[in-house]
Amino acid sequence: MNVTTPNSFRTGPDENGLFGIYGGRFVAETLMPLILELEQAYKDAKADPSFQEELDSFLEHYVGRPSPLYFAERMTEHLGGAKIYFKRDELNHTGAHKINNVMGQILLARRMGKKRIIAETGAGQHGVATATACARFGLECIVYMGEVDMERQKPNVFRMMLLGAKVVPAKSGSRTLKDALNEALRDWVANVEDTFYCIGTVAGPAPYPEMVRDFQSVIGRETKAQMLKREGRLPDSLIAAIGGGSNAMGLFHPFLDDKDVEIIGVEAAGLGLKSKTKHAASISGGKPGVLHGNRTYLLMDDDGQIIEGHSISAGLDYPGIGPEHAWLHDMGRVQYLSATDKEALEAFQLCCKLEGIIPALEPSHALAQVMKIAPNKPKDHLMVMNMCGRGDKDIFTVADILGVKL
Amino acid sequence: MSTRIDRRFEALKKEGRAALVTFITAGDPDYDTSLKIITGLPKAGADVIEIGMPFTDPMADGPAIQAAGLRALAAGQNMKKTLKLVKEFRKGDNETPIVLMGYYNPVYVYGVEKFLKDAKSAGVDGFIIVDLPPEEDVEFCIPALNAGLNFIRLATPTTDDKRAPTVFRNTSGFVYYVSVLGITGTKAPDIKSVKANVNRLRKHTPLPICVGFGVKTAEQARAIAKDADGVVVGSALVSAVEKSLTKAGKPTSKTAKAVHALVAEIAQGVRT
Repeated sequence: MNVTTPNSFRTGPDENGLFGIYGGRFVAETLMPLILELEQAYKDAKADPSFQEELDSFLEHYVGRPSPLYFAERMTEHLGGAKIYFKRDELNHTGAHKINNVMGQILLARRMGKKRIIAETGAGQHGVATATACARFGLECIVYMGEVDMERQKPNVFRMMLLGAKVVPAKSGSRTLKDALNEALRDWVANVEDTFYCIGTVAGPAPYPEMVRDFQSVIGRETKAQMLKREGRLPDSLIAAIGGGSNAMGLFHPFLDDKDVEIIGVEAAGLGLKSKTKHAASISGGKPGVLHGNRTYLLMDDDGQIIEGHSISAGLDYPGIGPEHAWLHDMGRVQYLSATDKEALEAFQLCCKLEGIIPALEPSHALAQVMKIAPNKPKDHLMVMNMCGRGDKDIFTVADILGVKL
Repeated sequence: MSTRIDRRFEALKKEGRAALVTFITAGDPDYDTSLKIITGLPKAGADVIEIGMPFTDPMADGPAIQAAGLRALAAGQNMKKTLKLVKEFRKGDNETPIVLMGYYNPVYVYGVEKFLKDAKSAGVDGFIIVDLPPEEDVEFCIPALNAGLNFIRLATPTTDDKRAPTVFRNTSGFVYYVSVLGITGTKAPDIKSVKANVNRLRKHTPLPICVGFGVKTAEQARAIAKDADGVVVGSALVSAVEKSLTKAGKPTSKTAKAVHALVAEIAQGVRT
């Protein structure tokens, strides 16, 4: 693709919510006034130092930030190449990076006077994070979750219930994350007055991709400061798993203009990209289209009908990807690769045994990529992988595949 | 340039009655049956026909229309076949306006220019693309208007006086007022608020205003027709299709008849 390199990769989106041709506000008219209201409210909050102060305070005392930047010594020895660091976002309250964004959005919802919070969830991590923050602030919480995912992620469903949230099964279509998103949008259209839609990833209509990215960028900002302190320089490479892409965007964004930092996003290749429909790699195996409020790379057939993604990880099997990722792909700033179910499972097991960390299946995809490239890097190559979630929620899925009955 | 839609609303104005706008999903439950349904709609009393372009993820639609889309897709419906359906309808009817309604992705993937050209030559008069608000007009609305076709916009209870000029800026043909907050076919419209909103919106546009979402009976149609220029019926017709099917989802001899009978009944509402 013939494109000119911009002076900065960090200035998007433009006033129309676009990153190049991606993003935008492709929503029904009923939602348009709300989207514009949200955009203004976010702009005001961003300009108000007291908002950031309040958020920082909750991130420190409630979420447990900053998360450590951990030198994975045994993994490094085992692979025999690059020096591998894990950004330990799995140590956050609720066990994943999702809470970073949720705290931001819930504080914004409070600022806007909204009392009813809705969210969609795939693996359940965003749902749990939203239910948690709603419990903390005494807000009504409704989480839409695909019926199939509810079955795959029973512990998280129960967690949400304990936290006082109502979990509503999405029974339409493929009954997974994309359908949960459809149901959440339907709820929002019907309850525009009092409801705040807390989207869990860097997708959806503007301003969500930008707003969620901003809230998740705390990951990258911390990583930068921590690495400078530890090693006296920036990392050489960053690696993160991508479903919608919020943990990856959070890690990547502060580094986008550091041209020497190699950045790699890892999509879920499921049973392999050749399987055509049994993967969830929107960039590697999809093409640009419009869904859920934004233009981005999507898995679809020749008629523009959306294809259900597949991944061993319920958090990655979304048929789209955040629009900023789509743009960064076209610009060539970030490299988008993929890892299969099998590779992720191997990485999952290796991480348990070598590092004493049970990773979620999502970052296991990133780790699978680390395992592929770290051995070929020199020993002074500093590699950061985002350990964006812990694997407690996944032990049932893994046990099932390994043939162990719990 | 006047379109079939403009001419139809002018004629109805002279007649002194509101239009009955009917929605049916293309290819539901299969191509042949939906052609039969659509071909019989004008005789049953439909003044304007909206044809739904099936999509896997219809975010603004309720269960009835979503299920209809999935039935159509399962039976092999696609955009080419939807345009073919219009072409075949036009062989026997060159007057009744046809509006294609749906979501942007299948149109975008087909290619906007090619789609407009093929739709026009098939005999389509206008479009309602649910997920294209005025903020995205350059995508499809402006090219459609330039091609001499109508772009019909949805106005909703959230379209206040401040928002209205933006919504109507590039709208043509008619305005589709969504009478309830929510998805298609779930709540019944509140007639009093419909009246107030229609009269409010008239201050912003000279276009005919049709009211839909949740209209199921002749009685509702009659009440709405007092203030609006048209009444849209969708989910009720799509549900009539569903109810007529075999357990396996196959059409029966009753399928087209059931839809036409319901249209004829509701048509009484706009005529008396």
